[in-house]
Amino acid sequence: MRRVVAIEQLGAPVILVVVAALLGAVVSTATETYFVNALVMVSIVVAIYIFVGNSGVVSFGHISFVALGAWTAGVLTVPASEKPAIMPNLAGFLRHTTVGNVPSLALAAGVGAAFAFVVGLALMRLSGLAAGIATFGVLEIVHNVLQYYEKIGPGLNTFSSVPETTGLLQACVAAVIAICVAFAYQRSRYGRLLRATREDPYAAAASGISIYRQRLVAFVLSGAVAGFAGGIYVHLLPLNTDALYLDLTFITLAMLVIGGASSLWGAVVGALAVSALDSFLAEAENGLKILGWTLNLPAGTRVVVEGALMAAVLILRPSGITGGREFRLPRSWR
Amino acid sequence: MNWPLWGSILLCFAVVLALSIAIERLVFRPLRMQRPEVMLIATFAVAFLLQSIALLWFGSLGKIATSLAFLNRVWSVGGVDIRKISIVSILVAAACLGLLQLLLQRTEVGLHMRAASSDFATARLLGVRANRVISGAVLISGLLAAVVAVMMTVQTPLVTPDFALDNTIVVLAGVVLGGLNRPVAATLGGFSIGFASGLLGGALPTEKSQYLPSFLFAAVIVVLLVRPNGLFTRRGAVERV
Repeated sequence: MRRVVAIEQLGAPVILVVVAALLGAVVSTATETYFVNALVMVSIVVAIYIFVGNSGVVSFGHISFVALGAWTAGVLTVPASEKPAIMPNLAGFLRHTTVGNVPSLALAAGVGAAFAFVVGLALMRLSGLAAGIATFGVLEIVHNVLQYYEKIGPGLNTFSSVPETTGLLQACVAAVIAICVAFAYQRSRYGRLLRATREDPYAAAASGISIYRQRLVAFVLSGAVAGFAGGIYVHLLPLNTDALYLDLTFITLAMLVIGGASSLWGAVVGALAVSALDSFLAEAENGLKILGWTLNLPAGTRVVVEGALMAAVLILRPSGITGGREFRLPRSWR
Repeated sequence: MNWPLWGSILLCFAVVLALSIAIERLVFRPLRMQRPEVMLIATFAVAFLLQSIALLWFGSLGKIATSLAFLNRVWSVGGVDIRKISIVSILVAAACLGLLQLLLQRTEVGLHMRAASSDFATARLLGVRANRVISGAVLISGLLAAVVAVMMTVQTPLVTPDFALDNTIVVLAGVVLGGLNRPVAATLGGFSIGFASGLLGGALPTEKSQYLPSFLFAAVIVVLLVRPNGLFTRRGAVERV
């Protein structure tokens, strides 16, 4: 019985992601980009979910791990011959070292985890609003440093010349990896302990759980997945620091909350649903033909509709589309 | 369209107040019983929405607001030139703070607000009307925001859809830094982050000045680690989880 539940809970999000990837494979190349982008969003949102969903503490700092992962993977995969042109001030070994696609992603995950560990050592002592502001501070600091410190990246410029290895396949595999890591974590001893602290911090502490240690474990793991997702993202399109800042922070958090922050299923559904809406509206702004009828929205309506819908979902269904529960088949099917 | 000065200021107040009432009714009231992070995301959604409406309406380049430009002229006091706006804004801020403090300490609404902020559930049991307190608080903060908006157009006349976004972030950090429980503590927090920013800006060598936000936020994090409830809260205050 428990195994059936586990298969359902892991299978449903994985199948959803694979179906999205397969759909992306049959549509035109222009539309495919939307699918790849949505799959990258799934990885990022799942990374945030590992910490925010399981601990119940909001973090605005996760996009800084994504940014560091993107910088790591980006700097290390630009061909050495092109580095002087776009990043003339690179320091030391970064100037000549170039690694392949997979090692760059592994390193991105490593850097994300290491940074999350250092930050988490201090920040995991905080909770509530103080934690929110402090993680926000981390985002500001990383954004500021990446923007001006040209020894480790392109600074204010856009990350061009990074090999664009993230297609449907890589994005899909990455999303599945992120989902599997999140699932393994939340079924593990550590995941359950952290969820206990989310439900009742006092009872959990009284039962001998160290809230600080459990949060730190989740923070480091989600930092690793976020860094990995950043690596995937930079291999998809040329990024700059502003693409990895407030807008991405808000949209990914909104995806998580709209889907349902306390379940993995919610994170995946939210990321895909909001991405689908975003792509649909983006197309509609350029004139979209549906059943021989052209929908043509003025430029800029996309953001208005999204903001309104986000607020509406939050008001009508505050625990998210999925209600914050994992996926379960209807009883009669079992 | 050329409005008289009083007309444009009145209109600004009317729009901001109408918006705060609408937001309170449509968003905050239905969400009152939800967890704080849902509220937080909802406020972001509203901000996102308003910003994009402004973007559609006025365009991304922004407009110049010059109705109060005369306040930018200097005033010489004993050989020192001071822009009039600096004096006006200090006076207005002091007046607002004084009024706010009076309202909170001396009126029944203020008493209700303080009670609700220290323990919402108990305050309701004792007959504090939650709707009245929250809409009152939203209204007051809207009013203060309108005052700030008018003053800021003098400092930065170019009004864009992301007008004062950076300041809002820094000030939010400042308020949490000071302590949310009392207006005085929050104000002192706002001042200290302003002073810290000014001091750091002066102390950093020119080639490092671009990292000013990093130093500022690093300082904020350190302070929060030492005093998570705020710098100017009384000791023994209950932690807000």
